[in-house]
Amino acid sequence: MSDSPGPRRLRAAPWVDTAFEWLTRFFAFLVFALLLAILASLVVGSQLTLEKYGFSFIWSSAWDPVKEEFGALVPIYGTLVTSLIAMLIGVPVSFGIALFLTELSPAWLKRPLGTAIELLAAIPSIIYGMWGLFVFAPLFQGHVQPLLIGSLGGVPFFGALFEGPPIGIGMLAAGLILSVMVIPFITAVMRDVFEIVPPMLKESAYGLGATTWEVVWRVVLPYTKVGVIGGIMLGLGRALGETMAVTFVIGNAHRLAVSLNAPGNSIASALANEFTEAVGDLYFSALIELGLILFLITTVVLALSKLLLLRLARNEGART
Amino acid sequence: MDTSTAAVSARPRIQTPVREGRNAGAVAPSELKAKLKINGLNFYYGGFHALKNITMDIPERKVTAFIGPSGCGKSTLLRTFNRMYALYPEQRAEGEILMDGDNLVTTRQDVSLIRAKIGMVFQKPTPFPMSIYDNIAFGVRLFESLSKREMDDRVEWALGRAAIWNEVKDKLSQSGQSLSGGQQQRLCIARCIAIKPEVLLLDEPCSALDPISTAKVEELIHELKSDYTVVIVTHNMQQAARVSDYTAYMYLGELIEYDVTDTIFIKPKKAATEDYITGRFG
Repeated sequence: MSDSPGPRRLRAAPWVDTAFEWLTRFFAFLVFALLLAILASLVVGSQLTLEKYGFSFIWSSAWDPVKEEFGALVPIYGTLVTSLIAMLIGVPVSFGIALFLTELSPAWLKRPLGTAIELLAAIPSIIYGMWGLFVFAPLFQGHVQPLLIGSLGGVPFFGALFEGPPIGIGMLAAGLILSVMVIPFITAVMRDVFEIVPPMLKESAYGLGATTWEVVWRVVLPYTKVGVIGGIMLGLGRALGETMAVTFVIGNAHRLAVSLNAPGNSIASALANEFTEAVGDLYFSALIELGLILFLITTVVLALSKLLLLRLARNEGART
Repeated sequence: MDTSTAAVSARPRIQTPVREGRNAGAVAPSELKAKLKINGLNFYYGGFHALKNITMDIPERKVTAFIGPSGCGKSTLLRTFNRMYALYPEQRAEGEILMDGDNLVTTRQDVSLIRAKIGMVFQKPTPFPMSIYDNIAFGVRLFESLSKREMDDRVEWALGRAAIWNEVKDKLSQSGQSLSGGQQQRLCIARCIAIKPEVLLLDEPCSALDPISTAKVEELIHELKSDYTVVIVTHNMQQAARVSDYTAYMYLGELIEYDVTDTIFIKPKKAATEDYITGRFG
């Protein structure tokens, strides 16, 4: 009894722990390596246009493969405008759906509705594109666009956005399709973060006599701001980079137009459409630089969202 | 020593520091002006019958404690007073809770106004994700539009009433979540008081606090009863004995005994109550 051997290690030798630690460290740093490698290959690939045009590539709207003149303004504008439209519509709608699912929906409706939202996210983007081109665009052209042009087209300044002939496809149509595509992503994230708010926190706001809106707007949203902004960024990332659906409905015209009804182009759809045709070195390099610009846009968007979070945290009061 | 104490000493008693004579001359709760009159109240969680035919009067400007083992319905009863159950569709109440002649169970009054009159503090501190100042101002802004100056005064008054002003007056713009647990709980009490309710419901307000914070909150409860009707749910029998004027013992959804606190703790009328008080059960 007295010479019991004491605790003995039955598990593997301690070096396994160390090896595992290094393995995970390797994976983590692999992310940095990949990021740098992608950035480097984009920069190297776009060297020709970078040297020839410098920064003027960004604000030139020329795009003439025959004369070999290239500028990125049209696709950059198209990318930003379609994503902006998608966010303007997608974020409030997603917020509404998530609010309904977590606060107002009867219990029996929660699960089917939640599943439907998740299914919407699972539809491949090519399906959205085909639906957009063959179903949505004709309806949009026949019923919505004439209405918009008729009612908003005449308004000074603002009206310029809605001028021009109703042709169905164009930047507005692309933005609307994108908004449908980002809604399930943003909604799913918002719902998940709304659900982790402690019931007691919500009850204490209700207990002060707050209405559902006041509770969600003043307590739930600030409590979940990191997650909500993360969800919006996820949606924005998808909108900025979405290729197939946008290619189908944006019109793919390298023309700078103020009107949202006009066809335009986005970076991703320009890349998808033109890679196979890019014969000259300069053409190819211009396309690679477009990719580089898209990469930088998403980086800037991400950085801005982090800044926004810092600001919000400051408004809420420091935590010492 | 009077005869009641002598009779008690013959039985095993837990060491409850009941202040002798504190309730001296206290009358039964039914003889006082009632703030809340509860009549034949039943409560259901879906198919589960959680409160069975509760009838009691909560006297005005007194501290009433609900004690009993877990799951006996204390918190449920408390949550019927401010219609908190109405947030959950599967929960429903039947019967009467009369406040100022209005039945809170069936009233058509705006539920927000009821909750503004009947404030509630929860088991765990729940500061809102905003500054200390805004934590207090949040509720006030829902019902009153005050000038900056009036709001400053109200915030100071509420924090002072909750005995936390001196600790936070220099950091009102900091997050409410930066405070310690005990401070957070007093902040939550201040938040309730700020909208000037008539009734304060405290649902195990000290269960997440250390003994020093608990003592501060208990002292606070003592002071608050001069202005408010306080109802407290507690797991801690000593706490009920220390802070309350009246105590209700509940078991399995039924109100077993309700009387002056000293009576409940010194010579309860029912054997079930005595078993619980003396620790033979629960």
